[in-house]
Amino acid sequence: MTWVNAVVQGVLLGGYYALLACGLALMFGVMRIINLAHGDIAVLGAYLITVVLDHWNVNAFIALVPVLPVMLIAGYGLQRTMLDRALRSGVLVPLLATFGLSIVIQNLLLEKFSPDVRSLGGNAGGLVTASWQISNQLSISALGALILGVAVAILGGLQLFLSRTQAGRRMRATAQDPDTAELVGIDSRGVYARATAIAVATACIAGLFLAMRSTFDPFSGPTQLIFAFEAVVIGGFGSLWGTLVGGIVLGVAQTIGAQIDPQYSVLAGHLVFLAVLASPHGGIFRVRPAT
Amino acid sequence: MTLLALEGIEARHGLLPAVRGVSLDVAEGEVLALVGANGAGKTTLLRMIAGAHRPSAGRVRFGGADITSVRAHDRVRMGIALVPEGRRLFPSLTVEENLHVAARPGRWTVDTVLDAFPLLRPLRNRRAANLSGGEQQATAIGRALMTNPRLLLLDEVSLGLAPVAVESVYRSLETLIAEGVTMLLVEQDLTRATSVARRVVCMLEGRLVLEGTGQELTREQIMDAYFGLHRARRAT
Repeated sequence: MTWVNAVVQGVLLGGYYALLACGLALMFGVMRIINLAHGDIAVLGAYLITVVLDHWNVNAFIALVPVLPVMLIAGYGLQRTMLDRALRSGVLVPLLATFGLSIVIQNLLLEKFSPDVRSLGGNAGGLVTASWQISNQLSISALGALILGVAVAILGGLQLFLSRTQAGRRMRATAQDPDTAELVGIDSRGVYARATAIAVATACIAGLFLAMRSTFDPFSGPTQLIFAFEAVVIGGFGSLWGTLVGGIVLGVAQTIGAQIDPQYSVLAGHLVFLAVLASPHGGIFRVRPAT
Repeated sequence: MTLLALEGIEARHGLLPAVRGVSLDVAEGEVLALVGANGAGKTTLLRMIAGAHRPSAGRVRFGGADITSVRAHDRVRMGIALVPEGRRLFPSLTVEENLHVAARPGRWTVDTVLDAFPLLRPLRNRRAANLSGGEQQATAIGRALMTNPRLLLLDEVSLGLAPVAVESVYRSLETLIAEGVTMLLVEQDLTRATSVARRVVCMLEGRLVLEGTGQELTREQIMDAYFGLHRARRAT
């Protein structure tokens, strides 16, 4: 039964990883940018929520409402001002630019908020401690289930957006061939800016859940980035449902590792990631790169 | 009335000049064939008109307005559509999605395009990557039509196609011409080019070297200009 519990907890943890990873997968899928600041953007989102909570005594979910549009606009601006220029200069420059952005965000957060460890667990009402007791050894936390549900809803919503709407079709067309997309009347830079806006907003939601389920400080971003990156790679770069599966595989690997020995938790995740990287298939839902 | 006017266009690929001092007028409703050997600058000229390639000198006017610095996607909105060399469909999108992404209000819709290219109707849910060359070309032309262009630029639409597929592509082009679409087409096959277009323009090493109607020009004249034979003769 302890193993069943490990798997169940792993699936719930995987929901968080998938939520964190979906923005990373979207930016890579559309623009071939690996956003090294993705984890820091999530942490930035969490800090902005604490700013709202400092002024108004509301639930953390309510505090997300004003922060989300700010992050959408910030993502749009980030693409228009910085990443567009970086993209024009070659493949390596966006990587370096986001690496620099990551350092800038960390140090600005340190400057503004001090290195103290924070948590939003206390601002989420009873949700953080609530759980359903299935049996003696198996309980499902309400927060974990909520995170998994939100992850599935966001990934599913994005998938529907990409496959059913005109803006989504245009995003896919631009991802495959931005030059030809321009020739059929698609403003590829506008599409890029919208994709980054969505990615930054989903990172902000992931940041809220990070802050609720554990603690964070100005330097929490890189660790989150590694988990998100591993989820994306395990799921096969650029596929949204693959990202969900990748997140869950990573989560289950970590909880099963922890079941063997608490020290093996993170290591087990890394090992699965390396095994997938080394396998000839490379990713569970590997999509063929557009030609 | 002049729809498209090129004035002293220069375009280069890095240091290599591909188009040198080209001036050309295309009237509304005209069908113009652009011929020339490989590397003469035809594709660059077409991509420059569509906005995908920036000229290093010269002006482009469309419907009277200077569009030299207008970006490609805005030119599509103004009514310029290019069917690029090699089709360049979005491979993982279906035929219908390839048409949909280009849609702008006008008489061409998914339905009217499928009427014009009946061979696509049974394939509408198939991915573009899994189409034959002729089917891809029909989709590429249909996609350009979906933008409801005033000027249609066609780059080597018969390249790499089976003769029967070329036949069907040209049959649909003739329907478009009958409807009065302005067309500028690059074609390697001279007989095809002169059969469709009233006026023929020949490019050699980036310059316009010959211009005339299909009736005026003899095949020999065009061939001379095509390969630069007249210069060789003059030299001897």
